Amino acid sequence: MKPRAALLAVLALAATVARAEIPEAERRSGYHDMGPSVQAMQDDDAANPGTLWLLQGEALWDRRQGAAAKSCADCHGAASGLAGVAARYPAFSGVSSRPIDLEQRINLCRTDNQKADAWAYESRELLSLSAYVARQSRDLPIAPPADPRLAPFLAAGADLFARRQGQLNLSCAQCHDDNHGKKLAAATIPQAHPTGYPIYRLEWQSLGSLQRRLRNCLIGMRAEPYAYGAPEYVDLELYLMSRARGMPLEAPGVRP
Amino acid sequence: MSRPDLVAAGLVASIVVWGPSPLAAQGLRTYVANGDSISVSLTGRPGDPEKGRAVVANRQVGLCLLCHTGPIPEERFQGSLAPELSGAGSRWSEGQLRLRIVDAARINPATIMPPYYRTQGLTRVARSFVDKPILSAEQIEDVVAYLTTLKD
Repeated sequence: MKPRAALLAVLALAATVARAEIPEAERRSGYHDMGPSVQAMQDDDAANPGTLWLLQGEALWDRRQGAAAKSCADCHGAASGLAGVAARYPAFSGVSSRPIDLEQRINLCRTDNQKADAWAYESRELLSLSAYVARQSRDLPIAPPADPRLAPFLAAGADLFARRQGQLNLSCAQCHDDNHGKKLAAATIPQAHPTGYPIYRLEWQSLGSLQRRLRNCLIGMRAEPYAYGAPEYVDLELYLMSRARGMPLEAPGVRP
Repeated sequence: MSRPDLVAAGLVASIVVWGPSPLAAQGLRTYVANGDSISVSLTGRPGDPEKGRAVVANRQVGLCLLCHTGPIPEERFQGSLAPELSGAGSRWSEGQLRLRIVDAARINPATIMPPYYRTQGLTRVARSFVDKPILSAEQIEDVVAYLTTLKD
C-alpha cells in the first residue's frame, strides 16, 4: 500500500473507532489543569525531578553493555538523532508481529543488539533511558505512524477505552471523553492525553511509565490490572497516542 | 429466564422480580423492582440515617463524594461529575433512591453510576472484589434512609 493510501486507511479507521472523540481544537494537555507551581516545576529543568532520571539516561546512552559490549551511541550516534522517535511510538514490530511501546523497543535493542538482559518494567534504568529518549522529542507533535498493520491493534485499543471494567463498571471514556474538566474528588479529570510520559507524579514521588498510570486507573475502577507489558496496555497506548495526535510532547512531564 | 427475557417481561408487566434464582445465587437479597423503584427495604427494615451519612462520607466505603457533592462540610474536595446529593430526598422517593443505588443502569444503561448491589454482568473485576457488591444490603438501606432526609 502506498504511504498516502495507508495514511488514509489509518485515518478512516481512527474516524470509525473514535466514538465521541474530543475535537482537535478542544484537546487539552493535563498540564493546563495543574496549578502554576507544578507547571513551573515541569518547565524548569533545574526544578523538574525528571531531570535526575534524564542524567542517568544520558549516562546509560553511552555505556557499553551486554555480551556485545555496545552502547546505544555506538549504533545511534548522538541521542538528538532520535528526535521524533518517542512521538511515533507504539510502532509495529516485525519481530513481535504487533505494536511495541518505547520501553519494549529499548528492551528489544538490549536483548537483540547489546545481548543484554531486558530491564524490568518501572526499573530505574528503563525509566531513565526511556525518559532520555523521550526528551529528545520534547515540543514535537505526537505523530502516530500511518502503518496499516497497526489498524487492528488501534481498534482493539479504542474498544478497550470504551469497555466498562471492574466492580465500579466504569470505562476510560466515561471519565476522559465524557466528563473531563469535572472534579473527581480533588482532582480535575484530564482528557488523558499521554503527552508527558514517562512522567514524574508527586503522588508517586517517582518517575513512572504510562503503563503504571493505566494500572492506577484500573485499580481505581476495582478492575484486575493487566501485567506489565501486556498487549492490552500497548493497544491502549496506541489508541491514546492516536487520540492525542498533533499535541506536543512534554516528556518528562510533572503531574500531581 | 435470561436477563433480557426478564427485562422484556418487566416492560410488559412493569414489575421485575430479581430472584430468587439469580440474586440468591449471588448471595444477594431478592428484591422486586416496580417501574423505576424498589419500594420494599432490601433488609425488610428501615435503615439508620446516621450510619448512612457515615457511609456516604467515607471515600473507601460509599465512594459517593468522589463524584457527588453533598451537605457533608467536614469532607473537603467533593466531586462534581454527578448530581448534588442535597435535595435528593425531594427529587426522588425512597424506592426510586433505592433502585438508583442498587443498579442505576436498569434505568439508564449508559449511566456512570456504579451498580452498588450487582455482581453479575461485570468485566475483569479485581480478585478481591469478585462476587461482592459495593455495599451490603444493610449499608444501602442506611444510605437510602440518609438520602431521604436531604429535602433541601
